[in-house]
Parts: sequence; C-alpha cells; structure tokens
Amino acid sequence: MDRRIYGIETEFGLTHSAPQGRALSADDAARRLFAPVLAWGRASNVFLPNGGRLYLDVGSHPEYATAEAATLHDVVAQDAAGERIVDDLRAQLQRTLDEEGVGGTVHLFKNNVDSAGNSFGSHENYMISRRTEFARLVQHLLPFLVTRQILVGAGRVHPTGQPPFGALTPGDGSPSYSFSQRADHIWEGSSSATTRSRPMINTRDEPHADAQHYRRLHVITGDSSMSQTTTALKIGTTDLLLRMIEAGQILPDRTLADPATALRVVSHDLTGTAALELANGERRSALELQHEYLDAVTRFVARHGAHHDRVDRVLDLWERGLRAVAEQDASLVDRELDWAIKKKLLDSYAASHDMDYSHPRMVQLDLAYHDTSATHGLFHMLERRGAVESFVSPEDVSRALVEAPGTRASLRGRFVAAAHDAGVNHTVDWVHLKLNGEHQQRTIMCKDPFATTQQDVEDVIRDITRGDV
Amino acid sequence: MAQERIFGTGSRREEETDAPDPATPPTSGAAQARHDTQGTDDLLAEIDGVLETNAEAFVKGFVQKGGQ
Repeated sequence: MDRRIYGIETEFGLTHSAPQGRALSADDAARRLFAPVLAWGRASNVFLPNGGRLYLDVGSHPEYATAEAATLHDVVAQDAAGERIVDDLRAQLQRTLDEEGVGGTVHLFKNNVDSAGNSFGSHENYMISRRTEFARLVQHLLPFLVTRQILVGAGRVHPTGQPPFGALTPGDGSPSYSFSQRADHIWEGSSSATTRSRPMINTRDEPHADAQHYRRLHVITGDSSMSQTTTALKIGTTDLLLRMIEAGQILPDRTLADPATALRVVSHDLTGTAALELANGERRSALELQHEYLDAVTRFVARHGAHHDRVDRVLDLWERGLRAVAEQDASLVDRELDWAIKKKLLDSYAASHDMDYSHPRMVQLDLAYHDTSATHGLFHMLERRGAVESFVSPEDVSRALVEAPGTRASLRGRFVAAAHDAGVNHTVDWVHLKLNGEHQQRTIMCKDPFATTQQDVEDVIRDITRGDV
Repeated sequence: MAQERIFGTGSRREEETDAPDPATPPTSGAAQARHDTQGTDDLLAEIDGVLETNAEAFVKGFVQKGGQ
C-alpha cells in the first residue's frame, strides 16, 4: 500500500524521588499525575482534541497513543507532542508537590525498563492490506525486526554484563552496552499475548477500520525513541519493507531458527557480525540481513518510485546506520540514532570522570537520557544545544499538541473539542463518536481512517456548537 | 519552548523560562575543535548540575510493575 495509517503507543516510566523525605509510590504518583486529566475528561482514559488517547495502563504506566497519522512527518510530530503532553502533567504534579511541601522530584521516562527489570513498551501500529497473506508477511518481517535494533535501538548500559536468557536481573560479566532496551524482555516471535509472554508481533486482529480491506499490524518489540530521526527511521524502514511485501515482491526466506535468542544476540553484539542461525541451517549476521533488506528496498524504490517525499532521507540514514556499525564509527550517526547519541554522551562523561560502565552513575545517565523534562532530560539537553538532528520543526510539534493529523483523527478531535467545550457528555473510541446528550443520543461510526470529512460528523458538531443537543 | 496547555490553566512551564538558547553551530577546523571541547565541558557540567548525587539510590528507586 502506498498510503498507510501509522500510530505509536508509548508507555512511560514514572518515579518520585525524595532523598530527604518520603517518596510517593509509583501507583500514587500515577494517580496524582492523572488528576488534571480526570478533572478535564471525568475519566483517566480520554481522547484529546488532537485525536490522540491518554490513559493509565497496566502497572500504573501513563500511556499515550498517537492519533492515526498518514505520513511519516505526522506520526513523528504526534509522538513528540504526546511526550510533551505527558511531561506537562509531570510539571504540574511537580508544582503541586512543591506547593504542598512534599518536595522531591517527579521524573517521567520515555524508556522501556525499570531498575528491577520490569519492561514496558513502545507499540507501533501499521495498517496493512487484508489481501496480503499474514503468515508470509510475518515470515519476512520477523528477521527484519530482530536485526533493526542495530539502527533504532535506544541503547542500554549493563553494569555487570549481559543478563542470562530469561533472567530479569543483570549478569555477572564485565560491564557492557547493548543496542536495545527491550530485547532482553521479548520471548517469542508472534502471538496474541502482550504481558505474560511477550511476542514481537501481536496477532490480535483489531483493525479499527473496514475489516474487509484492512488489518492492523501491531509490532511490540521496539524501543521507545527520544530522537525524532530514530522514530522516523523505525517507522520509515518498516513501512518500506511492508510496502515491498504487500506488492508481492519475492524475497529469500530468512526465517530465524530461534528469534528470541537472536534478538538478544544482536542487541549485545555491537559489531553486528555475530552469526545467527536460520531455520534452513544457513547463518547470517545482523549486518548481512539488514544489507539484504536495504538492497531489496532500494531496488524496489528504483523500480516503483518513492511513495512519499522522505524516502530518500530514510534510505540515506538506513545506509549510514549500517555503515556506522560495519566500520565501528558511531560518529556517522551520533546526532541521529539514539543508541549512538547516548553512547557518545556516556563515553565522554566516563572519560572525563575516569569511570566505566560498571559505575552506578552510568546507569543513572542511561535513565536520565530518557527523562522527558526539558531541564533534567539529557536528550533534551543535547537537543537544546543543537547536538542532535530533528525530523519535524518545533512549530510542527506545538501544532500537534492541539491539532489532529489529516486523517479520521481530525473528525474525532473536532468532535471531542466541541463536546468538551459545550460540556456535553460523550464517549469516543477509535471508530465511534457517541453523543450522550440530554435530548439526543447518537452514535456515529467512522470506518474510513483516511476520511477527513464525513457529513453526519459535521452535522453533530454543528448541533453541539448550537447547543442543540 | 512554549507549552500549549490542555489540562489545567496554569502558565507555561516555569522551569523552562531560564533555559539557555540553543548553541550556535560550530564553524570549522581548530575553532571547531576548541568549540567542541568547550561545548563538551559545558555539557558535562550542566549534567552534573541536574543529576541527583546518590546515583545508586536514585536508580533503585525507579521500580514499576511491568507494562505490556
């Protein structure tokens, strides 16, 4: 498909640190964080005027789901806006605690692991064609997802080395750095589970659209990205691969013998050269597999043309990202890819303070990289200093805080804004807009995720605005 | 970095008002090398200024139930 809906769901980590006092528990912090949301929408699960969804998820994680985006530009802007919205709640809670004299500091992290080895996710959604055989798509996608961490992993410090398979606690080896945060927490290739036995692709089939034509691919193996260019590469490469698979392109079978083990091997091998066993007995490294995908996609784009105006930028960063690993020269991407940006920062800190990755300070820095605060977050510190690249402008992000992308989300966003401003009781999900008015009860279905106008939605918004409900 | 506020009615984030302007991009050659060293020193000092002193306690304090 040349046009596709994308979305990213991000679970945030939250902690209240009070060295001189009594810290709030994670549950209490989350509950208090959502107090303004509750006051705004009478629920801790709300859809916003920008079309996105904000809620408290399993394990007291604040979670933000972007609105449906139809372009790479929009999904990156919506994801960045989501971080700002949740961080604004953090800043409000901080002020409240300061006023109450509770003190301490509230930290919100856009990362994927806490210090006890609990993992929380970043989920990518891609609308795919129902015509494409799902098993074939998964077959080609899995080896790609297993190996793409060498490009779009968020990087992680292991003060005592790689954890043994299945262990949530660190290993007992020498200190190390891995490409991915999430790789050590994924257990299988694809299934319908999300928490007990975490797969890479969740097969739950909830298209949120016309099920005859579309299905939703739910990828849950990725790391959350701080860097906009990393987000763009993560979504952009996966979209290109899907486009090629959907077009029926013949690809060699690179099914991995053991995807979950391969995921860990790739994450902990910074050279990208460790041999992974394929189901057919052959062996390939992460670099070799990624080069195969890049070459196939490049040839596909040459034959069929670019389907959006950022394809060149995606292909360029993809190629450079692989070269950075192959030549062991992270400086090729240390303004664009999270694992390299973070590693550069950690390495210069370690050098100037004469410490290595076994030092607790390194783990703290790793965490602080993902801190969403503009003043305390290390990524945002680099951003402010012009040390990292962006993919969308600050104005685009500011607009995405209040404006939905040009998709069905714009209908939802305008409906939510109108109903909220008029104080009219309403219920919304991804497909339905429901009005629970005094005189009118109406449910409208928005089946086409690309549609930005729909007569019955315009009618109901007009009625709400007139006070006619 | 003005923040459009969706929940609540407070003003923009106070902590951001004294954030310095983005550094101007470095030029080239020796000037750049000096600038980079200077920039790195500034950055590391800024980091030390915001990190909590007890790294171990801070990290251990961040424990949550697993998500999805």
